[in-house]
Amino acid sequence: MKLDARIPSGPLAEKWMNLRDHLKLVSPANKRKRSIIVVGTGLAGGAAAASLGELGYRVKAFCYQDSARRAHSIAAQGGINASKNYQNDGDSDFRLFYDTVKGGDFRSREANVYRLAEVSGAIIDQCVAQGIPFAREYGGYLANRSFGGAQVSRTFYARGQTGQQLLLGAYSALNAQVAAGTVEVHPRTEMLDLVVIDGRARGIVTRDMVDGSLECHVADAVLLCTGGYSNVYFLSTNAKGCNVTAAWRAHRRGAGFANPCYTQIHPTCIPQSGEYQSKLTLMSESLRNDGRVWVPLKGGDERAPGDIPEAERDYYLERLYPAFGNLAPRDISSRAAKRACDEGRGVGPGKRGVYLDFEESIGRLGEDVIRTRYGNLFDMYERITGENPYKVPMRIYPAPHYSMGGLWVDYYLMSTIPGLFVLGEANFSDHGANRLGASALMQGLADGYFVAPYTLGEYLAGAKLDEVDTSHESCRQTVNEVNERTAKLLAVKGSRSVDSFHRELGLLMLDRCGMSRTADGLTDAIAKIRDLREAYWNDVTVPGEGAEFNQELEKAGRVADHFELAELMCRDALEREESCGGHFREEYQTDEGEALRNDDDFCHVTVWEYNGADKVPTAHREPLEFETVQLAQRSYK
Amino acid sequence: MRLTLHVWRQSNARDKGGFKTYELEDVNTHMSFLEMLDVLNQDLIGRGEDPVAFDHDCREGICGSCGFVINGVAHGDQPGSTVCQLHMRHFSDGDEVTIEPWRAKAFPVVRDLVVDRSAFDRILTAGGFITVRTGSAPDANAIPIATETLEHAMDFAECIGCGACVASCPNSAAMLFVGAKIAHLGILPQGQSERHQRALAMVEAMENEAFGACTNFRACEAVCPKEISIAGIARMNKDYRKALFSGVGFSSGKKRKR
Ligand SMILES: Cc1cc2nc3c(=O)[nH]c(=O)nc-3n(C[C@H](O)[C@H](O)[C@H](O)COP(=O)(O)OP(=O)(O)OC[C@H]3O[C@@H](n4cnc5c(N)ncnc54)[C@H](O)[C@@H]3O)c2cc1C
Ligand code: SF4
Ligand code: FES
Repeated sequence: MKLDARIPSGPLAEKWMNLRDHLKLVSPANKRKRSIIVVGTGLAGGAAAASLGELGYRVKAFCYQDSARRAHSIAAQGGINASKNYQNDGDSDFRLFYDTVKGGDFRSREANVYRLAEVSGAIIDQCVAQGIPFAREYGGYLANRSFGGAQVSRTFYARGQTGQQLLLGAYSALNAQVAAGTVEVHPRTEMLDLVVIDGRARGIVTRDMVDGSLECHVADAVLLCTGGYSNVYFLSTNAKGCNVTAAWRAHRRGAGFANPCYTQIHPTCIPQSGEYQSKLTLMSESLRNDGRVWVPLKGGDERAPGDIPEAERDYYLERLYPAFGNLAPRDISSRAAKRACDEGRGVGPGKRGVYLDFEESIGRLGEDVIRTRYGNLFDMYERITGENPYKVPMRIYPAPHYSMGGLWVDYYLMSTIPGLFVLGEANFSDHGANRLGASALMQGLADGYFVAPYTLGEYLAGAKLDEVDTSHESCRQTVNEVNERTAKLLAVKGSRSVDSFHRELGLLMLDRCGMSRTADGLTDAIAKIRDLREAYWNDVTVPGEGAEFNQELEKAGRVADHFELAELMCRDALEREESCGGHFREEYQTDEGEALRNDDDFCHVTVWEYNGADKVPTAHREPLEFETVQLAQRSYK
Repeated sequence: MRLTLHVWRQSNARDKGGFKTYELEDVNTHMSFLEMLDVLNQDLIGRGEDPVAFDHDCREGICGSCGFVINGVAHGDQPGSTVCQLHMRHFSDGDEVTIEPWRAKAFPVVRDLVVDRSAFDRILTAGGFITVRTGSAPDANAIPIATETLEHAMDFAECIGCGACVASCPNSAAMLFVGAKIAHLGILPQGQSERHQRALAMVEAMENEAFGACTNFRACEAVCPKEISIAGIARMNKDYRKALFSGVGFSSGKKRKR
């Protein structure tokens, strides 16, 4: 496996423009002849499919939901970053770039991150023109809020539904192209494998989720925009359907998987309330603008929060990180919460919770102001917990939320399989070992609107692609393989449900490959995951048939892939003998308990090559070269 | 708590379907309604029966995937909420709960509680957008928008496309949904150039689907999880009439296939 990041030469701030000036172009007449498959209709896929359609390509877009508008991006609450500097508070492309690189604990690729910052402003322009109702100030100009890890206010938002509004914007652009005849959307259609012909990605095999039929689709290039893999933990803030299957199937066909151990456990989620729990609900990080995080000073304090006097509360984020306080980055806030609970100072049933308290801000600003800022989040909290957060502090606890790792891509967003591009959360490129709030929406839209439409042209103009159709041997063979796998899952007819295995895997992963990790724990986890995977293939039960609407079958295929991914995550975490961002190895910490990086040995991306489900994968390395940023111990004190 | 569930079971679009009754013991009051169905499904799988199919994804009330009728009310009777946000603390021990899919000609049943809402996508494809090529937008602050205007548009933009409005309308009308999009885009300055064409094209597309007409029952507004106001319907009618009388713009031209 050869890793060439193809980073353009020249000064950091000029790389992207220089490249754009020299990219090969596809003529309008030829664009009409080129077909592109876009898997996923979230921000990344929706934006890409719409923009490619506008350019005149023939696009087929796929999603597993019943409508493109329901991709998981819809659930993003807090906001989207851009270096507009509308607040005149000193923001710039460079500062957004720097914050993102630092936030990622210096484990991302400088050139990609700079490009992200550079196009961020154009995203906001595009979205406003589409009719996205971002919040505004009384003069009618755009408003901003602050998010973790930044000292400027650069986050644009639409109430607590920023992701919804952005996605509906991308979806409307997609619809305009459907009307124009350039894009065909295939909802309720799941990609189950990638078709590789002569070493290039040339198509996908899908399952129609209504009648179960398998179909092969061929194209000149394939874009995976299939989101993240936090559902490997079973309980996460992701939508129930989120999964790694598309990325994992591509990995099995030769796409390198980068930094799988970099996952984000988000600090502000509603704590688990019982065994039956099916998912965890995020309480947007934006709440930390006005909420104060605390636990009782002493363990075992059973008093109601209101009865605990100020002097007996520990506002631990404000105490430990005075410069950023409650807006300390996610990895740091999550670990601090875990530590407080490990010390026995947690609150609520099960004692895995900390308070997020609005009393002070309600006193200062009034309940009405807090209601306009966060009304829907407060309502959601009350619906779920039955408690009124205007009166008693919220209880929160960290939950798996985002995956920084993903398929490896070069600067052009192309994976190690030529013709396979990966966009959005599914790739690994921009967030290093920890993602800052409000930067995933930015990245998805940057990739989809402003990067892939350019870099894909270069590939198509430069590649000699033979005509292929679905009768090609590779298509038939891939369909057969998918068929066999489905049949195999249905044939086990064991005694345990898919969910029961998934829950068990999730608990194991959370314990061993979650907020803190050790060599022993990871080694043991790898063995346990293998055993559990074997048990799965011998004892799972999948009711019904393949040729029908069968939600258990859908889950069964995804969980099978989660097992293989889980093992790779542990292996990657074991191999990375340092702590960085969300990857915290207990063996490597400073005296104050902060992540201790090892830049001499681990300033690289680890890219895994698949060798077979029962074989040890091969690790490759892309060194990270920092030309502009000085590597420093990350401090938010 | 103990519940008796009467659940609509239908194995595919051609099947006639019917209710089946299930007893569920030990329902925890903190569970969400969908988690209660998860528990039922785990039971059914354990007994070798087919689990109940229902659409869901975010389980946070925003993706619009979930939705069915609980004891005669779309999304259940907690106002301003989707099924996934409804918790079992709103039920009592011994309750009988009837669960059935959206009933509307335009939304054929796919399986059990799952219906086909693609008619909504087709309506939005006819004109539910502002045409703006990627990269051609002016600076986002070029046009100031008064906060009241903005908030007004946002009230309509919140629609999640769940279909409860159609399901609860005695005529199965889609007006609340269509009105919401027309109002959202039509209130904003960016949406003015296509405002009347948009109304024309979307109303035409709606009429090509199997939705009924609006006779002002306002049942839609009462169940809408996002509390979308029927004022959107008035805006839609106004923009549509204006488009007809002034003869503006295009009609979508195509009668779309169903
Ligand atoms: C609760 C929550 C709140 C968040 N809030 C914020 C925020 O405020 N700001 C921020 O910047 N980020 C936020 N994030 C992160 C952000 O929302 C996501 O990282 C981002 O939206 C991912 O977009 P995407 O386009 O890459 O993927 P997604 O939106 O996840 O889309 C994936 C698409 O792929 C499709 N798909 C997947 N697998 C297959 C398959 N096998 N076959 C066919 N189709 C498939 C799906 O149908 C879907 O269309 C939040 C995340 C969560 C969970
Ligand atoms: S108008 Fe309300 S009920 Fe109708 S689809 Fe939109 S959110 Fe659902
Ligand atoms: S599952 Fe998304 S709205 Fe209910």
